[in-house]
Amino acid sequence: MIAEKSQTAQKIIDSISASAQKVNFISGNEVEEAFTYLENKGIPNAKHEEYKYCNFDGILKKEFKNFYQKFTEVAASEIKKYKLNEAINLVVLNGNYNEALSDKIIVKGITIKNLQNFSGNNLTPIASIAKSNTDAFVAFSNAFSGNGIYLEVENANVIPMPVQIIYVNCALEDSWVSPRSFVHLQKNAELTLTERFVNIGKAKVFSNFLSEKLIEENAKLISYTIQQEGSLTYSVNTNQVHLKSNSVYDNTTITLSGQVVRNNHHAVLIGENSVAHLNGLFFTGGTQLVDNHTLMDHQVPNCESNELYKGVVNDKSTGVFNGKIFVRKDAQKTNAFQSSKNILLSDDGAINAKPQLEIYANDVKCSHGTSTGKIDDAALFYLKARGIGDASAKKLLLRAFANEVIDKIEIESLKEEIETELNTSF
Amino acid sequence: MISIKNLHASVNGKEILKGINLEIKAGEIHAIMGPNGSGKSTLSSVLAGKEDYEVTEGEVFFNGKNLLEMSPEDRAREGLFLAFQYPIEIPGVSNINFLKTAINEIRSYKGQEPIEAKDFLALVKEKQKLVELDAKLTNRSVNEGFSGGEKKRNEIFQMAMLEPTFAILDETDSGLDIDALKIVANGVNKLKTNNNAFMVITHYQRLLDYIVPDFVHILYNGKIVKSGTKELALELEAKGYDEIKSKFETI
Repeated sequence: MIAEKSQTAQKIIDSISASAQKVNFISGNEVEEAFTYLENKGIPNAKHEEYKYCNFDGILKKEFKNFYQKFTEVAASEIKKYKLNEAINLVVLNGNYNEALSDKIIVKGITIKNLQNFSGNNLTPIASIAKSNTDAFVAFSNAFSGNGIYLEVENANVIPMPVQIIYVNCALEDSWVSPRSFVHLQKNAELTLTERFVNIGKAKVFSNFLSEKLIEENAKLISYTIQQEGSLTYSVNTNQVHLKSNSVYDNTTITLSGQVVRNNHHAVLIGENSVAHLNGLFFTGGTQLVDNHTLMDHQVPNCESNELYKGVVNDKSTGVFNGKIFVRKDAQKTNAFQSSKNILLSDDGAINAKPQLEIYANDVKCSHGTSTGKIDDAALFYLKARGIGDASAKKLLLRAFANEVIDKIEIESLKEEIETELNTSF
Repeated sequence: MISIKNLHASVNGKEILKGINLEIKAGEIHAIMGPNGSGKSTLSSVLAGKEDYEVTEGEVFFNGKNLLEMSPEDRAREGLFLAFQYPIEIPGVSNINFLKTAINEIRSYKGQEPIEAKDFLALVKEKQKLVELDAKLTNRSVNEGFSGGEKKRNEIFQMAMLEPTFAILDETDSGLDIDALKIVANGVNKLKTNNNAFMVITHYQRLLDYIVPDFVHILYNGKIVKSGTKELALELEAKGYDEIKSKFETI
């Protein structure tokens, strides 16, 4: 049940619409659909079931006086620390792929394009996966996204080094941006991709990121999402992934910062014997809100999915996990597992964890579990009884809790970076 | 070393320890025996600083310092060690990292520099041998998936690593077969010097064949009702706790 659009939503849309450029790398029909959806439904508020804890209509109204697109260029030195030494680093600055700030593509089999390269092309793949009539923020992107990056790995190419896309925003005044990517792995291709999100400006940013990922037969995409946009960023991050037969998608999302972070991560298993893993780790403090919504959509038989989300919530912050496993009528022999574990460190923090299983096939193995608790007192005492102080003991236990997710990161320098980041945060 | 005077302690408002008096000097081994529910484990928990227990009366001095005013970690840093009756499993924290953190926090408390990596590894190797602990176990998460015997040996291994001056062994013999019992006892005997002391809490006399106590105390209903030398344990083994129970129940 979709709630009625509010007046504030219309104002926001009008304001954004005024500053947006015409989107021409998506089919005209899809763009029209997007505007129609936004006209009718607007930005979701708390009455919207899917956005119950993440009232973006209210958040945007409260936090943004204006929606400009007043961005500035940045120097290479300002983003150097976000680059990974062992990776090919690509930079999307303020929503636009920036070749000058990006590394040279030194391997064969990768094609990088500006999304605007698809303009006037009736066969554009952009928005072929993310449909406007499914969600307001998908519609938002289809209506207003000015640009983005297209990454393709050609047939049977196994890329020997990771690729990192760094989405950098740097606004001068309160601004909105809608970065976008389309990642296409052709048959038998393999890629390790990190997508990192940073805000290095001093003004507030509403970022509506959308990524479509098409993984063809026998292809494999290992992906890491690193969110570290700081306290001035309010973001919605949509990932819609289509997996063809025998393909693998393995994502680990680490949320290090962001005032409001909403993640909509959808893996759609459209080919048999495909495998999708979604893992996540968030730790929140202050008045942060991190809301992870995942969907595993099993459309065909013999597929497997696995989810592990962990959260540590402190101060007055809120963590949300809503994981839906959808097994369609034809998706027999599905194996789908989900686990969400959370630690609440404060009395004023909140965790809302909800697994949702909708199963229409009769021969499947599905399970889910969710737990929320405090730090284990018995373990804490055991460590203290060996001379380890309260703060170090808690840190050891939280690190142990987080390690199960962090250990999934196979890029060594990235893993070390996350570990260091966590050590200073706990 | 440790001086316990008129110690009373309650848990959830129920008094468990009802006036314990005990004096342990350096170089001594004291055994505390007693039937189930007599307060043996409460005594060890109170000394180690477990928060669930409330001390309502009495005092404990450890090397001249007021033990009851110290946090559990400071008690450990001052040289007190509790070998847990039920060691805790801590998934995700490796034994090695755990011990290194503990050693360095104790060293920092004493104003010493962190231990050198190679000295630490040498120490691990040496002490592993002492309790015949499989090297593989030290690289695993703390107690995770360890058998009952491995957990108890790991407690003694930790004790050997931390070199406390006063160690409490809380029913370390429970759940051990005779071979493991001998290994544990052998470890303790090798660690005993004239400068440290042990309090061995046990239900059975069996352990005391291998760790020979200087004194044996019988704890019953929250009080030490009888003290003696090692012969008292043998006597108890022969007669059981019934005589003690009937004698002190009526008082």
